[in-house]
Amino acid sequence: MVADLLAVQVAAELFPNGVSRYAVGGLLVGLGAVVIYLGTGIPVGASTFLESTLSYISDRRRFQQYVASRDWRVVFTLGIVLGAALFAATVQSGVVTTSLYEPGTTGQLYEVAGVTLWSTDVQPWRLFFGGILVGIGTRVGKGCTSGHGVCGVGSASKTSLVGVVTFILVAIGTAQLVSALGVSP
Amino acid sequence: MADRHPLFKPLILVGGLIFGFGLGFSHMARPEVVLNFLQFEDLGLVFVMFGAATVTGIAFAVMPRIREGAPLTGDRYERRLKPFDRNVVIGGAIFGVGWGLSGICPGAAYASLGVGNVTILWALAGMFLGAYAQGVWRSKTTGTDPATAGAD
Repeated sequence: MVADLLAVQVAAELFPNGVSRYAVGGLLVGLGAVVIYLGTGIPVGASTFLESTLSYISDRRRFQQYVASRDWRVVFTLGIVLGAALFAATVQSGVVTTSLYEPGTTGQLYEVAGVTLWSTDVQPWRLFFGGILVGIGTRVGKGCTSGHGVCGVGSASKTSLVGVVTFILVAIGTAQLVSALGVSP
Repeated sequence: MADRHPLFKPLILVGGLIFGFGLGFSHMARPEVVLNFLQFEDLGLVFVMFGAATVTGIAFAVMPRIREGAPLTGDRYERRLKPFDRNVVIGGAIFGVGWGLSGICPGAAYASLGVGNVTILWALAGMFLGAYAQGVWRSKTTGTDPATAGAD
């Protein structure tokens, strides 16, 4: 009884939005990667798109090595954008409701033509400079949260596990520091 | 790659749709939610990453045993293994600073655009700039690139 109450309290503190929206979302992310893998044998990652797309505008050998995969990577990324838009038009807009989805209170909701859209409160300078470092880091480090984190970890790849542990620990340190400096949101 | 199967790109699109829908549903497309995880205020992200990795892990373990190659490409079913070198740690650390500062990673950033977050264009512009800068820098230092392919 006491142990049960303690477990509930800990869960409420560590998971204030429950776990179902995270777990269901994660299963779908994995399923998307698996659909592509089943048909093509490709374990997808989202960050190579950055370099492969640059091959359309730069002749550098570094980018040209991705010419063979650049077209489908554009299709994959377009799919991600459209898939998220589909989520916005259905679940986020309340057209489809499920007890597995916790709407949350972050950022700002706004409406365009009956579709509920969402926008962040995180400051543009954080997104921009963070984005630059993400762009450098994923390419130097051979993967991002989907390549290393989802497909690499799913492959029990030691390289990916080292990559994931490194970026999670450094990110925790960075976010705590930024927060301690009073930067919010 | 003109000889690819006609269903190759449609399948990639369907996979991307499910992937993006999942990123939206899990709120990973919201930088605030990622920052809340990194500040230990909501650890739900753990369920996203390990939920997704469990699903891919099953496919990566099972498929090579039951089929020789993928139907649309003929490629062999293999796991995602990359050679280890110090770049994995250096790049991972740089990525970590960026992720901790912005709460945004590539896949989630594309999805963020899809849920209506126009402000995310700042992050996308940054990512392309960063990827371009490292490409230029690394093509200048090619040859000194440590290609120490360790066991994965």
